[in-house]
Amino acid sequence: MEYGGAKQKTVKGSDVVIEHVRKSFGDFKALDDVSIGIKKGEFFSLLGPSGCGKTTLLRILAGFESPESGAVLLDGRDVLSLPPDGRHVNTVFQNYALFPHLSVFENVAFSMRLKKAPESEIRAKVADYLQLVELQAHAKKKPSQLSGGQKQRVAIARALINEPSVLLLDEPLSALDAKLRQHMLIELDSIHDKIGITFIYVTHDQQEALSVSDRIAVMNAGEVLQIGTPQEIYEAPATDFVAKFIGETNLYEADVVSVSGETVELSVEGFGIIKVTATEPPPVGSRVSWTIRPEKIRIGLEEPRSSRNGINAVSGVVDEPIYSGFQSKFYVRTPSGQVLKVIKQHADWSDEGPEIAWKDSVWLSFSAEDAYLVEVKR
Amino acid sequence: MKRSPGRAGAAGGAGSPGGLYAAPSLFWLTVFFLAPLAIIVAYSFLTPGPRGGVEWKPTLDAYRAIANPSFARVTLNTIVVAIGATAVTMLIAVPCGYYMARSSRQTLLLMLVMIPFWTNFLIRIYAWIAILGNEGFLNDLLIATGLARQSVRFLYNRGAVMLVLVYTYLPYAILPLYSTIDKFDFSLLEAARDLGASKLGAINKVLLPNIKGGILTAFLFTFIPIFGAYAVPLLVGGTDSYMLGNLIADELTKSRDWPLASAISLVITLVTTMGVLLLLRANGTSVLGGSGDGEKPVPEASSAAAYGAQAIGGSR
Repeated sequence: MEYGGAKQKTVKGSDVVIEHVRKSFGDFKALDDVSIGIKKGEFFSLLGPSGCGKTTLLRILAGFESPESGAVLLDGRDVLSLPPDGRHVNTVFQNYALFPHLSVFENVAFSMRLKKAPESEIRAKVADYLQLVELQAHAKKKPSQLSGGQKQRVAIARALINEPSVLLLDEPLSALDAKLRQHMLIELDSIHDKIGITFIYVTHDQQEALSVSDRIAVMNAGEVLQIGTPQEIYEAPATDFVAKFIGETNLYEADVVSVSGETVELSVEGFGIIKVTATEPPPVGSRVSWTIRPEKIRIGLEEPRSSRNGINAVSGVVDEPIYSGFQSKFYVRTPSGQVLKVIKQHADWSDEGPEIAWKDSVWLSFSAEDAYLVEVKR
Repeated sequence: MKRSPGRAGAAGGAGSPGGLYAAPSLFWLTVFFLAPLAIIVAYSFLTPGPRGGVEWKPTLDAYRAIANPSFARVTLNTIVVAIGATAVTMLIAVPCGYYMARSSRQTLLLMLVMIPFWTNFLIRIYAWIAILGNEGFLNDLLIATGLARQSVRFLYNRGAVMLVLVYTYLPYAILPLYSTIDKFDFSLLEAARDLGASKLGAINKVLLPNIKGGILTAFLFTFIPIFGAYAVPLLVGGTDSYMLGNLIADELTKSRDWPLASAISLVITLVTTMGVLLLLRANGTSVLGGSGDGEKPVPEASSAAAYGAQAIGGSR
């Protein structure tokens, strides 16, 4: 098979299996029985708020921490007994950790010099990797002369030149400004496509994780709450925390009134009866939480005519309209005081309808297909 | 000439009063450093007076006297003591500085390093005499515990001189090392390990190159004053630990050969200054806050010489 460049053939990813890993610092449980399976060549994200254990897990994979129990397998081989320099894994550090006394070239060449590779090979390969991250022109500079994005790219080239089977990225974009972050994210994704090895990406930014990952593990308080594709995580959150942490959402508690097939009727305080979809419907009388994403709610001045089965309609008053160009966000208060977030995209003029303003009485409608039952409380 | 108001206040601009601010220190350096040095240079080329002082007859006698083998012996002895004491100091100071930088109780440890400065240097030497002397604490302890039958002679040898020199200059080595190591980003060591370096390799290739400025400063702050040591060998040393500093003092006060004392001082100043410049060049970096000024650490010998030069103008 022809892949184009020579690099793709020589570099192979590993699959990574994390089994029942536990780690505490004093009384603080950083990781509580974490098990994750990561496939060869996958762009896998560990996503969670700070202190959720994602960085600790990454440091265990790199070899800087050892867990109290559990196993970490690279291609089926337990690597926990190996020191950091004995693992075929490299890390892109959060603060870049570039060697300030060495030039860009020497930073990238560092691991090859340790291996005592011949000078000609070092030159050729460093040039290759500097080209990959588009830094050929800066080879002679010291890290202190580079911008944040350039430093980031040196860190990536330095980690990749070793041809690791797994690349660990610890919040690599957190020090960059928003615009550059977007740009580097796309670059990272294209580097992943070119190199084809396993990327494990730690971030607290759900947008970053959603946009580049093949799969995501959402973590909180040392536990993995859900593992899935970005779509699964967003559309079918496993817990209230995942629903709230990923994107914006409306999350409410309710009682199950009736069940017919996958459609469940809920009695929601302040809304009346709402129909939602559940793949495994709970018994009547259960207390549950359910969610509807703001962009999946239609907002209008008139009561929706469609009385199609499975359409929920709720009336309310606009509490706060927030215009942001491509979209508007409305906080709508129902007569009994519940607040719903609604996002309306400004697609084109023909689609706009009458303008909705502060204190307008509005109707909200959403499909039972889009409303999702998250957790069964009891 | 018109001046734009926006530029007038700019730091370092044409109208900056920086030169004025520097005037007091310039005055200080001229009067208390350069002038004595000039006097020493001048005296080294003159004829000794009968009871000290000089006669204004130019001669190279002082420099001829330096060629004397006894001078070479003292110089060699001074080099041995200075290198030995500096090496021991560095060996203790590097781990100390590292530990302090990594410790969570930095303030306490820093205090402990600085507390000795609260006591006068000479008093601290006498304290060592009280500890190591024939009837000192250590001998009392040895005899009381039966480890020695009669008192051991710890003092008045090269070992005692080295011990007290190391004790005296250890803080001067620890402080610059601590401050550089404290600024070192330890995640760099993890990065090095991650890229395939062993523990030792990471220290050699990443830690040491990044703290070499601190190591160099610590080295200069200990080696130069030890090279010109005077009080320590005088008080706790014996015949085997007679150093150049003592030679200068004796030429000045006992032999009353001021030109010779001046010439020896100059040789020390010249040798240490050249050593510093060579080290700085080899290092390729400016060590002392970017100034690259090799004269900043004032050797005790040249200050002793300067003291001698000042005494000339005094009543003695």
